[in-house]
Amino acid sequence: MIRIEGLRKIYGSGQTTVAALGGVSLTVMKGDIHGIIGMSGAGKSTLIRCINRLDTPTEGRILIDGQDILAMKPRELRAMRKRVSMIFQQFNLLMQRTVARNVRYPLEISGVPKAEANRRVAELLEIVGLTNKADAYPAQLSGGQKQRVAIARALASNPEVLLSDEATSALDPMTTQSILALLQDINRRMGITVVVITHEMAVIRQICNRVTIIDGGEIVEEGDVDEVFTHTRSTAGRRLFGIVSAEPHDELHFTDAIRIVFDGDTFNEPVLSQMILKTGLAVNILSADVKQLSGKRYGQMLLEVPASYEDRARLMNTLSGMGVTVEEVHLS
Amino acid sequence: MTADKIWALVRQGFIDTLYMTIPATLLAYLLGLPLGVLLVITKKGGIREMPTFNKVLGVIINFLRSVPFLILLVMLFPVTRIVMGTSVGTRSIIFPLFVSAFPFVARMVEGSLNEVDSGLIEAAQSMGSTTLQIIWKVLLPEALPSLINGAAICITTILAYTAMAGAAGGDGLGKIAITYGLNRREYGVMYAASIALVVLVQLFQMIGNILTRVTDHRRR
Repeated sequence: MIRIEGLRKIYGSGQTTVAALGGVSLTVMKGDIHGIIGMSGAGKSTLIRCINRLDTPTEGRILIDGQDILAMKPRELRAMRKRVSMIFQQFNLLMQRTVARNVRYPLEISGVPKAEANRRVAELLEIVGLTNKADAYPAQLSGGQKQRVAIARALASNPEVLLSDEATSALDPMTTQSILALLQDINRRMGITVVVITHEMAVIRQICNRVTIIDGGEIVEEGDVDEVFTHTRSTAGRRLFGIVSAEPHDELHFTDAIRIVFDGDTFNEPVLSQMILKTGLAVNILSADVKQLSGKRYGQMLLEVPASYEDRARLMNTLSGMGVTVEEVHLS
Repeated sequence: MTADKIWALVRQGFIDTLYMTIPATLLAYLLGLPLGVLLVITKKGGIREMPTFNKVLGVIINFLRSVPFLILLVMLFPVTRIVMGTSVGTRSIIFPLFVSAFPFVARMVEGSLNEVDSGLIEAAQSMGSTTLQIIWKVLLPEALPSLINGAAICITTILAYTAMAGAAGGDGLGKIAITYGLNRREYGVMYAASIALVVLVQLFQMIGNILTRVTDHRRR
């Protein structure tokens, strides 16, 4: 379990300071795939880098299994880092080492005997599906393959936590899918807690069970992924979920709309037609899409609704009567 | 002068030049390489940040580098006499060569190590590496092609310095070119010695280039 309490990180000094994190508190439970999402500059990278102390926070506490990592001496810190691995957007593989020797690096620095290390390397390459690339150099691999090597390397020390800092952001959508599937597989098979930093909601939807939305260095929303998705409260969350556009200029010129979310039960029902038949009220579909959320399918629609309060209430009641999640959205 | 005599002279000069260049280069790396590493790891944002130490070291290195070799050679006479037992002759030149070359080597090494992607160092840190492990297993191996390329430049620079060794009674190709060509107008000898120097420089550079290419796995 990772507990973060009142984490603040301030860059610069004197008059020109920038707060990357303004008092963040967060708990990551064992076995979770916990997503931390935010726009660039939201402070999410700083946050994850504090968890293994690549960055040192200005204030606050970080407890991993009850141990305060900010109070650790260098030796303890190194031991902790072997339990908390990390993968990166730019892979950060040693370019002068072959794939196998990259994966062996963490074993080398821990003094694992050579024969045992080689056995473990073969095992790890098997897990990430790169056995045939053992003697290749990173420069000869594709982006997805490089990230697989990085994942194998991160697993070599038998960590309890895997930190993923935008690990799929440099990859194409297909490769992203396969890397995410691998992370999920690792989480399930080995019980490794995964903390995923991303700016893409698709990543959260595909593998995370918990999500924290961070904006301007502060947490604006947190919870189970399907809960946060169906009842998005924060503006940043709505932007990230694509409920309102991130671009202010193409915003539509009205203020009243409702958002409806279908889940497994109502997914195949002709909800909208029924609603129109029942109420006799016309609505205008502003946007609609279908999303995969930890294996379940969700549909969401944004509807422009009649302006009168009674009509709107009638619409919303009818919709909730049909088992659909409804909420008012104020677009600006 | 007969071709035979010129050949004998140049061959001896060739040997003398190598006798000064190679040990001086090795010694310069023995000290310059660790200093280069220190410059990199103690800089601001380095893995063992020590800004004051870094600045002092930088100033000392810059000072040594800015003294022209010929002046340094003369300044060092008393020290050379103590260290090498004599301050004249081919062997004694090794010491001033070393003193003038190691700061240069340190800067070259620093440049090579600074090219290593900081992301790699971060990854190594994130895996729980010690400072020494990062130096031995990340910084130096990742910079190897660049270090070799730098070494080729260093050795040719030191080679060029040996040509001035004549001033302190050292032998070698430079001395031959000056005494025979300049002082006695034996232009045949001068050209032969100069060509031998050119060949030597080309040779070092070629070996350096090949080794750089062979050790570089950063491109496919």
